[in-house]
Amino acid sequence: SSRVSSSGSSSALSSLHTVEGVWPLPQSFTSSTERYPLNPKAFYFGYGRQSAAQQDCSVLDAAFKRYFSLIFPDYTSGSGDKPFTVEIRVDHADCDSYPNENSSERYNLSVSAGQASLNAETVWGALRGLETFSQLVYQDDFGTYFVNKTEIDDFPRFQFRGILLDTSRHYLPVQAILKTLDAMAYSKFNVFHWHIVDDPSFPYQSRTFPDLSSTGAFHPMTHIYTQSDVRRVISHARLWGIRVLPEFDSPGHTQSWGKGQSDLLTPCYRGSTPSGTFGPVNPVLPSTYQFMARLFKEVSSVFPDSYIHLGGDEVDFSCWKSNPDVRAFMQKMGFGGDFTKLEAFYMEKIVNITSALKKTSIVWQDVFDYHERIPKDTVLHIWKGTPASYKEELSRMTKAGMRVLLAAPWYINHIAYGQDWRNYYTVQPLNFSGTEEQKKLVIGGEVCMWGEYVDATNLTPRLWPRASAAAERLWSDEKQTSSVDEAFPRLQDFRCKLVRRGIRAEPLHVGHCKHEYQGV
Amino acid sequence: MSIRTIMLIMLIAGTVRAVQASQYVSLWPLPQKVKILDLSFKLTSFNIVDAKESSAGSSCSLLQDAYRRYYEYMFGIAKRQGPRKSRLTGPSELTELQVWITSPDSECDGYPSVTSDESYELSVDLPYAVLKAPKVWGALHGLETFSQLVYEDQYGAVSISDFPRFAHRGILLDSSRHFLPLKVILANLETMAMNKFNVFHWHIVDDQSFPYLSRTFPQLSQQGAYHPYTHVYTPADVKMVIEFGRLRGIRVVPEFDTPGHTQSWGKGQKDLLTPCYSGSKPSGSFGPVNPILNTTYDFMSQFFKEISTVFPDAYVHLGGDEVDFTCWKSNPDIQKFMDQQGYGQDYKKLESFYIQKLLDIVTTTHKGYMIWQEVFDNGVKLKPDTVVHVWIGGGANEEMGKVTAAGYTTILSAPWYLDYISYAQDWQKYYKVEPLDFDGTEEQKKLVIGGEACLWGEYVDATNLTPRLWPRASAVAERLWSAKDVTDINDAFNRLSVHRCRMVA
Repeated sequence: SSRVSSSGSSSALSSLHTVEGVWPLPQSFTSSTERYPLNPKAFYFGYGRQSAAQQDCSVLDAAFKRYFSLIFPDYTSGSGDKPFTVEIRVDHADCDSYPNENSSERYNLSVSAGQASLNAETVWGALRGLETFSQLVYQDDFGTYFVNKTEIDDFPRFQFRGILLDTSRHYLPVQAILKTLDAMAYSKFNVFHWHIVDDPSFPYQSRTFPDLSSTGAFHPMTHIYTQSDVRRVISHARLWGIRVLPEFDSPGHTQSWGKGQSDLLTPCYRGSTPSGTFGPVNPVLPSTYQFMARLFKEVSSVFPDSYIHLGGDEVDFSCWKSNPDVRAFMQKMGFGGDFTKLEAFYMEKIVNITSALKKTSIVWQDVFDYHERIPKDTVLHIWKGTPASYKEELSRMTKAGMRVLLAAPWYINHIAYGQDWRNYYTVQPLNFSGTEEQKKLVIGGEVCMWGEYVDATNLTPRLWPRASAAAERLWSDEKQTSSVDEAFPRLQDFRCKLVRRGIRAEPLHVGHCKHEYQGV
Repeated sequence: MSIRTIMLIMLIAGTVRAVQASQYVSLWPLPQKVKILDLSFKLTSFNIVDAKESSAGSSCSLLQDAYRRYYEYMFGIAKRQGPRKSRLTGPSELTELQVWITSPDSECDGYPSVTSDESYELSVDLPYAVLKAPKVWGALHGLETFSQLVYEDQYGAVSISDFPRFAHRGILLDSSRHFLPLKVILANLETMAMNKFNVFHWHIVDDQSFPYLSRTFPQLSQQGAYHPYTHVYTPADVKMVIEFGRLRGIRVVPEFDTPGHTQSWGKGQKDLLTPCYSGSKPSGSFGPVNPILNTTYDFMSQFFKEISTVFPDAYVHLGGDEVDFTCWKSNPDIQKFMDQQGYGQDYKKLESFYIQKLLDIVTTTHKGYMIWQEVFDNGVKLKPDTVVHVWIGGGANEEMGKVTAAGYTTILSAPWYLDYISYAQDWQKYYKVEPLDFDGTEEQKKLVIGGEACLWGEYVDATNLTPRLWPRASAVAERLWSAKDVTDINDAFNRLSVHRCRMVA
């Protein structure tokens, strides 16, 4: 990959008018100081003659509309009347499909006088290219829009680049989720991991089991996601090329499920009598698996993605231990006193349910840690530990031939004073001991925004631009983006772009944006 | 607006399950004396009116504005829904809140000050509720309390007698590290009033930028602001902030910090800053204000004369913190001056020389001043009414002891640097602070007039200011307002959770 770009550091600001200003940094590019004025009144998007997708391609038509406003935030009549056309050509007319785990996001962008050619295998790649193009356009002090002569060949380093939002600890209004999807696309994230339910509340309104949210949500009317809310999120995400990966975490983290589904949770005992409290899902009753089969059947039809996240983390055994029926079952199964075997038994049945529904399961790392016979196509999600320990886990899991997703270094709900984005930026996901084959099994990474202290009031400034640091790590070439100090002015500039687009992204350090956030 | 009613709706729907009803309902900060009686009313048509005996009538626009504001808060939703059908049986009806300013001078057209009487008495009982306060400032606080009592269309009978524990309850915002649009400052004043804060400490300029547009020295912001038009506070902006604050009983105390923290001043005022030397030649960079030139003091005289007329408060904050001596040391003219004065190598003496002259200048403008603790530590001669601002963490208690032993009034900020964030419930740390927890006599303790929560701006701008400040600053608000023995953290959690929901909407 070539970098014939201006060698940045001396004139940081002007370099931001070139590809250096694009976040995350493209894989390979050349750029020059030759620039072309753009006039919003003579600016066009068009489909190339050889493009498989043509007019009426829903994804691209919607993208043209969005990106026009993003490229020209104040639509004053520009100077110059030479027309400029962005011509799109894609190999596959996958306009009505959903992005998936194999979707190519590669694109090629060539900007020259009067036109830009954007070539991609899929419409999803075209979306990434449009985002890049929108970041290449800048205004001079008089408001005139320009774009520099540029060549870019770009593709993501990792296929899976996710953000987890937690709508159970606090309810997030649909609007907040949609806005987050917008901002995700600006950083080229492509998976929204929706940790939709958990102990504190069950806001998902199930068609099959409406009692789950009517008794398990914070409020049965105002704090739920209806089927149409969910569809809205999925279709909004699709238009941005973002997959929606739902998580229904069990057998732990399910207190809220028990309110609307009797006998689902294990009754805890104090001595020989039920204490009135409940533990994890009850793994010894057939009715549990009948319920789960019906629930996941619904979930797999509501969420089009081929992945379902099954959770499986942090199961507390004390309640199971207290329950005589569970103990009898352990005896019968020959598990002895090893409750991890019971947990494995449960998870295996759940994974089989989703497999039968033709879905790929993702589970938190705990499942791997206690379960040796985990199906090979399951994806393992690392969330625990220090760099040393998660590297160890990466080695062990990939050695076992499992695909892995890394979240441990990106728990950005943990806040600290100062520039902690630097920690998220300098992560090296593949810096663990293992063969090339093993490294290929790391499918990507995920930024987790757990909700204990986060709701609509503080989600956006807490997420952005800190998550963008991880976005570059997951998209760009690691060698080209190894310097956190070089990244600093670029990320500052990108954060001002986010602010200009109405995203309440917080500052990295002292300074200002030409257009400050104007809300309250 | 109708935000206030959110809490009511939530309570009725039973969704605040984590939040148990406190015995004090959800008042924040907790009043000094609350008596809740088991009797509830309903409201169908309700009004806030001046009591006949009140010394502030309909011509007191401060109160009229407040009535309208609080009416909107409390009944915004109900109004839009239209009148409620009255039930056949049910509680008796409360029809009005009478606001009675009891002292002959209501201070309606004045500005709040450190000696303002902020006390009030609120009695909600049949046939009407009465809010009595000597001055409008207490009435404002009483209206806030009343609005917090609203429980759907029912009120419980209650009798409250309230006054602040400390007279100075402030929030510092920093508009230099990042420019804060006017809207953000005004919204913050609004939230301050909900928490009974009464001082907006406006750290308006600093090294990074000079957004204050001075009539006398317009080039200061022309050159020193991030942008000369979009990132400045015009005289009209400043006026608006001051009046918006006044209407909510909030003082606006500006800080013009010198001789350090002044890089941005140098851009628009030649020769104001000390040229630093590298060897025998000027290095091109500048240090603190140059204390050895007469022009410096001419400039300061004119500048602070303007400030004294623009800002009505009796105090101005003069800073005086964190002066770096390396540049002064490098400058041969300064060294010569040091020799002449017989200061040797003690640059603290030079700093004190500067500050002393500055204080004399400000004294001629008939303002009192606040200063950061270093000025006191360096032994500068201070006027007896000087407020020493304690900010350095570690040893803050000792410092409070020393400052008060020397007979100066003081305010505490050291434990309340809210720009320092950390994971989880750090509000508890702010809540548990006891400002008078230092060794000293009763007389010394009386010199502690309050405290300030500081939100320095290195990592804060309009995008994250509000969620970073609130409700964490509310913890400080209760510590500064409520009685010393209000320390039950669980009760505070429950009340603060509801208070947060009130603030959200």
